[in-house]
Amino acid sequence: MAYLDHAATTPMLPQALDAYVRTARELGNASSLHASGRAARRIVEESRERIGEALGAKPSEVVFTGSGTEADNLAVKGLHWARRGAGRNRIVTTSIEHHAVADAVAWLGDHEQAEITQLPADKFGRVCVEALDELLADHASEVTVITAMWANNEVGTLQPVEEIVALAAPHGIPVHTDAVQAIGHTPVDFAAGGADALALSGHKLGGPAGVGALLLKRDTKCTPLLHGGGQEREIRSGTLDVPGIAALAEAVDLAVRTRDSEARRLTDLRELLVDRVLAIEPEAVYNGDPEHRLPGNAHFSFPGCEGDALLMLLDAAGVECATGSACSAGIAQPSHVLLAMGAGEQDARSSLRFTLGWSSGEDDVEALAAALPEAVERARSAGLS
Amino acid sequence: MKLRVLAAMSGGVDSAVAAARAAEAGHDVTGVHLALSKNPQTYRSGARGCCTIEDSRDARRAADVIGIPFYVWDMAERFHEEVVEDFYSEYAAGRTPNPCLRCNEKIKFAAVLDRAMALGFDAVATGHYARKDSDGLLRRAVDPGKDQSYVLAVLTPAQLAHSMFPLGDTPKDRVRLEAQERGLAVARKPDSHDICFIADGDTSGFLKRRLGSETGEIVDAATGEVLGDHDGAHQFTVGQRHGLGLQRPAENGKPRYVLSITPVDNRVEVGPREALQVEHIRTGEPVWLAPERTGPFEAEVQLRAHGEVYPATVTADEQGLAARLHRPAYGVAAGQALVVYDPDAEAGDAVLASGTIDATRSPAAADESVEAAGV
Repeated sequence: MAYLDHAATTPMLPQALDAYVRTARELGNASSLHASGRAARRIVEESRERIGEALGAKPSEVVFTGSGTEADNLAVKGLHWARRGAGRNRIVTTSIEHHAVADAVAWLGDHEQAEITQLPADKFGRVCVEALDELLADHASEVTVITAMWANNEVGTLQPVEEIVALAAPHGIPVHTDAVQAIGHTPVDFAAGGADALALSGHKLGGPAGVGALLLKRDTKCTPLLHGGGQEREIRSGTLDVPGIAALAEAVDLAVRTRDSEARRLTDLRELLVDRVLAIEPEAVYNGDPEHRLPGNAHFSFPGCEGDALLMLLDAAGVECATGSACSAGIAQPSHVLLAMGAGEQDARSSLRFTLGWSSGEDDVEALAAALPEAVERARSAGLS
Repeated sequence: MKLRVLAAMSGGVDSAVAAARAAEAGHDVTGVHLALSKNPQTYRSGARGCCTIEDSRDARRAADVIGIPFYVWDMAERFHEEVVEDFYSEYAAGRTPNPCLRCNEKIKFAAVLDRAMALGFDAVATGHYARKDSDGLLRRAVDPGKDQSYVLAVLTPAQLAHSMFPLGDTPKDRVRLEAQERGLAVARKPDSHDICFIADGDTSGFLKRRLGSETGEIVDAATGEVLGDHDGAHQFTVGQRHGLGLQRPAENGKPRYVLSITPVDNRVEVGPREALQVEHIRTGEPVWLAPERTGPFEAEVQLRAHGEVYPATVTADEQGLAARLHRPAYGVAAGQALVVYDPDAEAGDAVLASGTIDATRSPAAADESVEAAGV
């Protein structure tokens, strides 16, 4: 089996798994005052310090959550609620966000009448900063929060977050960035980057699913989504998942320490994959920015084929990948990211995403190369029904 | 022979057991749930429909238990064009369509089968109750109460050749029992009865929303007397007795039935049951599942799903089938299929041909068009 879907989830790093299992054997609620509680608390705080250290954040800026989605929701809603007021009810986002951000923003629009501005993207899937510049010239006072992802989850394009922060800063508008796909693959430094909030997720970087974190500046006001025991600076109540947090810290630490060498290795592997795919199917379109992209991401459109059909055929041949588009009731919708990049609906439905990770090797790429010709031929004869 | 089989899984008990049987027979089976609605409801209510997200989940869980891959195929657009739009236009034309039959003809054994074949599958398996024999004939299921050969009779021989009906030899209650034994959670799920794309079961309301509710007259077919009015001729089916809303009873006190529907002037004609008597039936272009014949030959015909069976003399040409019934039928609606069977108590009646009913003639009233067509 060749697993080419690391952007969906990547296997747990052995060190993170060890940390998880070791910690899960221990008793203790990190909020308890007795010895067991203190032991649990110590693991949480050490983990917080390690994550802060790895990502350029102060330990107190690390807010643990139950997922990347929760971290994104907390940032988008929390920052918006904390700043909205008379004449200020506008959220600025981009047309290529993950649903964790896009749907949170849309919900605020639908249910709380928030005004929404979506920054467009270019044909490479890179957000157009000029549009933000123009907007802020006239409407900066209306904006509660700007949310823009660090790297796109579908086509892998790296985003101009630092430029967005630079434009927002003079107006005092907080910026949230969804860095779920970026951590461990491309340099991310919270303090240097200047964003007010940054979301990450455990299972995308070799940690467990069910744990994530929001890096949140100390002086940035954020209204909580969850109320209860007052954990995590009273921003995120809920008993802390000590084994999950320990494993997350292990994974973040390791992913960041090996980042540069892994990025080089995965870039080479990706280039091999791209060469193989384009040799097999010269008509395939390599989507996204050829240079400024996540090392492990290769995204293609296969004209005349349905992504769904290709996925099924490759799956049957033991090659696992994704169409990269969201599901609605199990039905693939044309990718909003590709549509935002100017693709037609048919191209948007004919795409496949291959993503590499720490456990990927050349044999995975060769397995794809072996299975792809027949899959493309069959999918093409089935057409875009 | 090991085949690559695509099992269409609705989320119901029949298609789940059919998929399990195909897998157990040694075939390489992949489960596919057909998403037929662009805006599926999240939960089903009662026994209605089969197009909810919950049904898709049930199908997925059954596939898990059987141990086969599972995908959802989006057939919503095709289904809407070929089945739902056809449903509207047939009613608008005063006919009574059978959408299940249309779905088999245009979606399950056409769009889905074509796609499956292109993707390398050899056959499509469904949970229909019907048998296919070694000569490639389509026969009635063992369970007479569940037999679905009628709604499959529209398939072409080529479509039938690539179809599998693993349940044809088993009574329904045994299928439920088997589902339970196999650990399939859908074992106790109620059967779906109504039209799957009309979630609330209100066909009349569904048609009104699209076709409107223009007031028209209900007329006594014999006297021409206006007996009342209605809010849309598409609300009626030939042979319908209830829901006419007439205040005055017939003079002889007997109930009145819908005899004919004329969409052009939005007119519904009613009369006594005797006037519904039909002995001659003519169809559009036939589909043959057995070697073509011109006749006349003796056979049995069925005029609607789960309907009565009539012995008849059948003749055929390229334009259609013509059946002369040996005893009259009542309330035969244009738009339904006439399916010709070769009776065989042992092996199961075999489907010879089918065609869509477009004209009928009662024994008493002469009808020029039917006469001219040579019935």
